[in-house]
Amino acid sequence: MGSIFSFQQIVNGLQLGAIYALIALGYTMVYGIVRLINFAHGDFFMVGAYAAYGAFYLFNFFLPQGGGMAFVVLILAMLGGGAVALLSNQFAYKPLRYKPRLSSLVTAIGVSMLLEYLFSATPFIGPSPRGFPELMKKHMFSIGSAQVSNYVMIDLTVAAVLMIGLTLLIQKTPMGKAMRAVSQDKDAAKLMGIDVEKVISFTFLIGGSFAGAAGLLAGLTYPRIGPYMGILPGLKAFIAAVLGGIGNVPGAVLGAFIMGIAETCATAYNSLLGEGIAFVILIVVLLLRPNGILGEKTADKI
Amino acid sequence: MSVPVLSIQKMSHYFGGLKAVSDFTFDVPEGVIYGLIGPNGSGKTTTFNLVTGIYTPTEGKILFDGKDIVGEKPFRIVHKGIARTFQNLRIFANLTVMDNIRVARHFTTKSGVFTSFLRLPSFLKETEQVREECMELIKLMNLEHRAYDTAKNLPYGELRRLEVARALATHPKLILLDEPAAGMNPKETEDLMKLVRRVRDEFKVTIFLIEHHMKFVTGICERVKVIDFGETIAEGKPEDVVKDVKVLEAYLGRKAVVC
Amino acid sequence: MDKFKLPKLAIAGAIFYAVVQLLILTGVLNGYFVVIINRSLIFVILACTLNLINGITGQFSLGHMGFAAVGAYVSGTITTILCKLNPHAFGDNMIFLAAIIIGGIGAAIVGFLIGFPSLRLKGDYLAIVTLGFGEIIRTILNNIAYVGGPRGLLGIPKFSNFTVIFLFTFFTMVLLRNLVQSSHGRAMLSIRENELASELAGVDTTKYKVLGFVVGAFFAGIAGGLLAHLLQIAHPTQYGFYASSILLIMVYAGGMGSLTGSMIAAFSLTFLTEGLRVGIDWLRDSVGIPIGTEWTMVIYALLLIFIMLFKTEGFMGMRESKILIIEEKRV
Repeated sequence: MGSIFSFQQIVNGLQLGAIYALIALGYTMVYGIVRLINFAHGDFFMVGAYAAYGAFYLFNFFLPQGGGMAFVVLILAMLGGGAVALLSNQFAYKPLRYKPRLSSLVTAIGVSMLLEYLFSATPFIGPSPRGFPELMKKHMFSIGSAQVSNYVMIDLTVAAVLMIGLTLLIQKTPMGKAMRAVSQDKDAAKLMGIDVEKVISFTFLIGGSFAGAAGLLAGLTYPRIGPYMGILPGLKAFIAAVLGGIGNVPGAVLGAFIMGIAETCATAYNSLLGEGIAFVILIVVLLLRPNGILGEKTADKI
Repeated sequence: MSVPVLSIQKMSHYFGGLKAVSDFTFDVPEGVIYGLIGPNGSGKTTTFNLVTGIYTPTEGKILFDGKDIVGEKPFRIVHKGIARTFQNLRIFANLTVMDNIRVARHFTTKSGVFTSFLRLPSFLKETEQVREECMELIKLMNLEHRAYDTAKNLPYGELRRLEVARALATHPKLILLDEPAAGMNPKETEDLMKLVRRVRDEFKVTIFLIEHHMKFVTGICERVKVIDFGETIAEGKPEDVVKDVKVLEAYLGRKAVVC
Repeated sequence: MDKFKLPKLAIAGAIFYAVVQLLILTGVLNGYFVVIINRSLIFVILACTLNLINGITGQFSLGHMGFAAVGAYVSGTITTILCKLNPHAFGDNMIFLAAIIIGGIGAAIVGFLIGFPSLRLKGDYLAIVTLGFGEIIRTILNNIAYVGGPRGLLGIPKFSNFTVIFLFTFFTMVLLRNLVQSSHGRAMLSIRENELASELAGVDTTKYKVLGFVVGAFFAGIAGGLLAHLLQIAHPTQYGFYASSILLIMVYAGGMGSLTGSMIAAFSLTFLTEGLRVGIDWLRDSVGIPIGTEWTMVIYALLLIFIMLFKTEGFMGMRESKILIIEEKRV
């Protein structure tokens, strides 16, 4: 019993949470702005991982190992995730913008399936998982009772930098203000002269690129990537966003770290619990407090 | 002096900090056509939602036929005898007119799910009975030529009659009509007034309605209550209240009603 | 009775059965085609039951295969245990029938347990909760060593054949049709059309939403049992989110709200899957193009997106074939 909540588990949980946080942010931003649960978001994560993989093997000849290369790979992972997000929005979600929400939800399921099976079916990418290259040398060191690798620091740092960047974007820039306006009232924003579709596209771009970054980090930290790698993390990150309050940006981060720690500790206790804890959290949240920890109650006017 | 069909007692309702309805106390006597008027946002639809159980009032009692119905679920309140139409027509668009009305009779049927799975004779008999009753109602509402048409294909005026028919199918004692004359031209409004009076006379129901259309209100209501910002401004006979309202209008400088 | 009403569904069913059985007996249809037809019939039940929940009652269940899983595992466990104890042929068939029904009941109970708390959620949230429950069922089954865990439940006796599966499918369609075209069915439809108006017309919407789930789960559990006894195996991966998604594609393709549509789609897509698999294998083995059967799923994903973008109502929309409509007096 003692090792479940140990410092080691907390550290591992935070590492996992950082990755979930980057994915969850994309979910929550897209939901906040168009009220869509983008089932395909986990697959943007997968695309980012493959983009990083591809970038590595492409640039391996040109760039030396280490920080510089890793940075380039990160950028390309984010671009990959962002690009597929933009395309999904443009071709699959935008046409259904003013139709019933359920249509968009089902379409998102379709996009998700499409990405997974397309990547699985394409010969060079293939259905089998691949090992992810070691982008930088792995060092272990001790903090207190825990064995911590430099990867943990990288995961947390990258996540933190991106999250701080996002906060600055949302709070300080005109686009960020536009994003906040559209998520509160799309029609009012339109009447104020905001190009709503542009804001929505931008949100998908940011959300997708964050997922792509998470894909790189996941590939680095848990070095196997495969076409279906996005399913479970995507679902768990979504649950994390719901836990924190879907549509709420700090909520997504909070929920993600809670989810990461909960999952790590639950797995240490019992692997069945570890597999199922995310769904248990989902059901508890939706049945007891559907608005999440930081979410607000909204009443529908009849 | 008979028990009023509806007796609202000190009813208030708040949405968070916003006061939608403040300390309403009034009776709707049996058999009367009672009108509730006021500018947009004054709390009229909220009052209807409270009476039909969609919202539970923050304070106060709602007595229907002498018994408090606060806290009851909406469908149970319908079973007790309160029916309602909606401002923005909520018909079952993809069902036929006959089915729209039959749904409202469903709660009176006794056939269980198993008897309907097996289509036992008792089920078949009851189904035919319900169908005949509903057909009578359809004929009464002059919708016979539409009985088996899909509801979404009906013109606006017929849809309004369908909503009233559906409300009547629940065998209510009290019908709440939410802006029944909305979007109607003068001829349609005349027909509606005749219909409402006929419904009250033939079906022995009390009518409680919300309207903006002043001619309709003065033409048909026997008592009227004016509200604004969730508070009662005036109450009484329409002729008296209307004069009162005109004063209000002048005072507030607002054209709150359409003549 | 004023006039003799033709039992259209019974006649259509009898003709179908006779034709197929004849083709089987004369050897025109070999075992391979029979398996596809059997699978199609089972998917007819699965698609129609999902349609009952999503298309008729207007709810949104994404974990429908979870109910089938319960039915498969419960019935499979019963038959594997009991048949080892009682090797007599007559006893075996009764055991099979009982096992299937019990599997259905088990699924119905699960349907109630899931439906009752979940159904006050709307749209997206209901979808996610049902998805979550479906995954929980799968996870639990994956971890119960007694029923095989990740290897699955093996060695289930092969009790399913064309006649058995056809009869179950036929009776399911009759019962579902009777339900939908009864007062109860109209209550469910009214919830789909306008839930608030339905409640205000005196319909106990909670009861009917749960009823949709329970009835849908019951027959889905039966279908799961039939499938397990056809393939002789029950495996958690057969009943996950992707299996549920295939069902969703079938119901949308056929038409949300049309039982006829679900029947047509179930047959079409089952045959199409087989056809694509054969075609892809041929392309790969004979022509040398390096493609795998995942392309079938790519096509289905594109089909779903296409339907949602351009023809949401699917093939039949909400219409039913005349064969399925019970005639009514119209005076």
